[in-house]
Amino acid sequence: MTESFSGNRGMVIEEPLIFEQNTPGQSGVDLPDPADVIDRLGGLERKGAIGLPGLAEPTVVRHYTRLSQKNVGIDSVFYPLGSCTMKHNPRLNEKLARLPGLADIHPFQPESTVQGALELIDTCAHWLKTLTGMPAIAMSPAAGAHGEFCGLMTIRAAHDAKGQTQRTRMLVPESAHGTNPASAAACGFTVDPIPATARGRVDLAALKAKLGDDVAGLMLTNPNTCGLFEDEILEIAEAIHGAGGYFYCDGANYNAIVGRVRVADLGVDCMHINLHKTFSTPHGGGGPGAGPTVLSKALAPFAPLPYVVHDDQGFRLVEHAAQAGDNRPVGRIKGYHGQFGVFVRALAYMMSMGADGLRQASTDAVLNANYLLASLSADLSASFDGPCMHEALFDDRFLKDTGVSTLDFAKALIDEGFHPMTMYFPLVVHGALLMEPTETESRATLDQFIGTVRGLAQRAKAGEAESFKAAPIYTPRRRMDETTAARTPILRWKA
Amino acid sequence: MRYLPLTEADRQAMLAVIGVKDTDALFRDVPQAARRDAPVDLPHHASEMEVEARFTAMAGKNLSAGCAPFFLGAGAYRHHVPAAVDAMIQRGEFLTSYTPYQPEVSQGTLQYLFEFQTQVGLITGMEVANASMYDCATACAEAAAMAARVTKRKKVILSGDLHPHYRSVTASTLQFTDVEVECLEPDPMGIEDLIGRVNGSTACVIVQNPSFFGRLKDLKALADECHAEGALLVVAVAEPVSLGLIASPGEMGADIVVAEGQAIGNAMNFGGPGLGLFATREKYLRQMPGRLVGQTADADGRRGWVLTLSTREQHIRREKATSNICTNSGLCALAFSIHMTLLGEAGFTKLARLNHSKAVQLAEALGKVKGVKLLSQSFFNEFAVLLPKPAAEVVEALAKRGILAGVPASRFYPSYPELAEVLLVTATETNSEADIAAFATALNEVL
Amino acid sequence: MTKTYFTAEHEWISVDGDVGTVGITDYAQHALGDIVFAELPAIGAAAAKGKEIAVVESVKAASDVYSPVSGEVVAENSAVVDQPALINESPEENGWFFKVKLSDQSELNGLMDRAAYDAFVKGLE
Repeated sequence: MTESFSGNRGMVIEEPLIFEQNTPGQSGVDLPDPADVIDRLGGLERKGAIGLPGLAEPTVVRHYTRLSQKNVGIDSVFYPLGSCTMKHNPRLNEKLARLPGLADIHPFQPESTVQGALELIDTCAHWLKTLTGMPAIAMSPAAGAHGEFCGLMTIRAAHDAKGQTQRTRMLVPESAHGTNPASAAACGFTVDPIPATARGRVDLAALKAKLGDDVAGLMLTNPNTCGLFEDEILEIAEAIHGAGGYFYCDGANYNAIVGRVRVADLGVDCMHINLHKTFSTPHGGGGPGAGPTVLSKALAPFAPLPYVVHDDQGFRLVEHAAQAGDNRPVGRIKGYHGQFGVFVRALAYMMSMGADGLRQASTDAVLNANYLLASLSADLSASFDGPCMHEALFDDRFLKDTGVSTLDFAKALIDEGFHPMTMYFPLVVHGALLMEPTETESRATLDQFIGTVRGLAQRAKAGEAESFKAAPIYTPRRRMDETTAARTPILRWKA
Repeated sequence: MRYLPLTEADRQAMLAVIGVKDTDALFRDVPQAARRDAPVDLPHHASEMEVEARFTAMAGKNLSAGCAPFFLGAGAYRHHVPAAVDAMIQRGEFLTSYTPYQPEVSQGTLQYLFEFQTQVGLITGMEVANASMYDCATACAEAAAMAARVTKRKKVILSGDLHPHYRSVTASTLQFTDVEVECLEPDPMGIEDLIGRVNGSTACVIVQNPSFFGRLKDLKALADECHAEGALLVVAVAEPVSLGLIASPGEMGADIVVAEGQAIGNAMNFGGPGLGLFATREKYLRQMPGRLVGQTADADGRRGWVLTLSTREQHIRREKATSNICTNSGLCALAFSIHMTLLGEAGFTKLARLNHSKAVQLAEALGKVKGVKLLSQSFFNEFAVLLPKPAAEVVEALAKRGILAGVPASRFYPSYPELAEVLLVTATETNSEADIAAFATALNEVL
Repeated sequence: MTKTYFTAEHEWISVDGDVGTVGITDYAQHALGDIVFAELPAIGAAAAKGKEIAVVESVKAASDVYSPVSGEVVAENSAVVDQPALINESPEENGWFFKVKLSDQSELNGLMDRAAYDAFVKGLE
């Protein structure tokens, strides 16, 4: 079904769905014949076909290869997505994750047969605790949002354990990522928003005014979603603790400070870490990630099951409350032992970088973002005065009266060979453009990006709105009709 | 340092453009008390060779499934994954791409997720599926929350035949909401009376088929009772290959199906990452958590795909979202989908039949061992046996003989003495007749 | 004789006797963009002044609709459920959401009339 000369677009070939390439009876997998046995299915054998298509291996490989060619990835383009930390995904991580001794082991093998795996989890935990300076960690959350939820659960449990069940209000900055209030609601908290100051930081006075003995805590992203370090963080922590609340830190932006700041000294009680951001594990088109959450001494007893302990007998898992001694785990939030395959990759990266490399990484990440901020401030409208941390925030004031929106600008950037920056987040500025280059970009790439963005800004101001509205034109697909997709959802192929 | 492209010359030139003396000046907002002036007390950077040596050493302390006769299941299954799957998922455009928020440059991801959603709907017998969740345990918790939203009721009943991790994650996740989770006692003999417990305040009942103890059940009567009372039936499937041979939960009347997809396309990886499958009826679409990919057309009228119905999700609804979930299990979903595509109808059904025949052979061999009693007459590829001794001890003894003999129920239920002698065993297409014979022989010796 | 009132959250209510027809204003539909879904209250549901009663979704946003008055929902407009585009096309006529039987006419006193609402909207721009 490739199109002919007029329709063929060079390297980008049209590729139908697998269901449209069905050859009944065909398979890309050879299997030995089942032995002839009397079945024990209790009469529950499936009757009728499932409806899956049959394809041979060459067709399947061609299918997925062509699909991949319609995607961009960090491997192919610069991906300055704010708060996503799109850094290089080392291939060593992939090689080590596939060692049979790490990949081909079952979670419930006798512990004596998986001491290396338990050691790996423990070592990964040790690195994360040492880097942050925090005494404890919950390794099981499967993603950042899951880590938030985990941290908030320990806060709720800690308050309940002291009989402080009236503490149901959680303070959340207006600039927070949507997962923050969603996670808070899932723990039975009501969300009370705090405004930002003109400097883009949390308004300390407004925060203090909202304190009371029904406050459970504060959720703060630091560096915050505007790419700025919350410079009043010690006062903020003191205020929250003084009011009897706990301080949850959203660690999505940890890449800015990983080797340079001791999180424990900021007064943080819990912080989730996105291994798929700061620690280079691949984004995989949307997952899987991992969100281990470091905990203070006050919250440590409530960490969920399971966790690894290390004594002179070796490594073992604590999987049941009865085995937890004085700890009072909030329960279990994930099946099995956490995202082990992601731990392998993250630890490989941590060991490769080492303490010195990680420190240099956060330095370079912040340097790169400030370079973008300084280089683009004349042509774009920076939302706040610098310096920024690892990401630079602009808004759409520079596009005023041009007829070009932030969305149009981003789509034009796609045509120039870049993945756009994060758009329309955070919500505290209008038409946000949030750029996070990370430390794995060369100066040449940054200069190329800067030149392109300046050029686009100048074209927008010169009145070329039409070309922006039509963008992108060089991609496998043009802008999609999202309205029809939502009004008339088609969520699967039908014959 | 091989992952850091900047040179010292670069840094100096960039600092000049920024207008600061050194990089420390960029960290001026960090309180002095929290600054680290020197690298942390951890090893310094290492070459690939050195890191590989460390990891090889750790891996060497594990007994991998390929090195011993292997019979474990209990929610994580070992199947042969064709080489093409891993080769495809390692393409950089899949491995290193982000969530497909810019559809024009993510049609690869969006198309495979659309195909994945279709495959999941087909094998579960349900009308609509999402683009995956973290694992079956968390998907179970989400299903319970969804049932509470749909029925506007608060009581959720978890069957005693449900995987203990699915049970505890559901209970833990919902403990601070107004949903009441009732966990029935573990049910190795399949005798619990769920039908009798469903009433007008039940939001849903969650069961597993094949059950945690391996048993196959016809859920139609339970489905009918739930519907008569206005409750939803949620069915969990831990071994997705079973759907190639046994009647689907959709056929039996399920309203929501959750499953663990790891077994297709993905190695066991010591239990993580997993792949949560989630499917439901079209009428409940707007209450379904997680990402959804929908078909549409672009500005030139060509067919393509986008993330859709996002207004249910956290980045828009915030505290009123259907869930706080942000990532899915993307690359694991891709691996699942490629493996399913390679198998096709003929391969998937044959694989399922092959698994069942191996399990029947295993059951026959173990049934001949003195003192061993099969606990269920029907199963797919996993079943429970009752031993004359505590199963955990037996498993340890067999491990010393180089056989990975299954999972003792006491691993999950340490405070239930009546389960101490129950062992869960699984056979898949990766088990040979020699494996099965070795297991039976060794078991005989140890008992 | 029907009289139409407006709220600061961009709902309108057109009152005839003790029954009011409620929808969102043209300003609101324009701000939301293409509307893809409307979730309406059930007939018989209780409406409370200023409390959420419906949800309207566009591709990029979901907005709560607040009831301008207290009372009981007596009708819902299934046409906007089948065809959400109607809300964009005819927000203040055919794109109505529901009808409510007022329990307290005096609640209308706090609402704006057309002239006041138009001035209010002008002030937002």
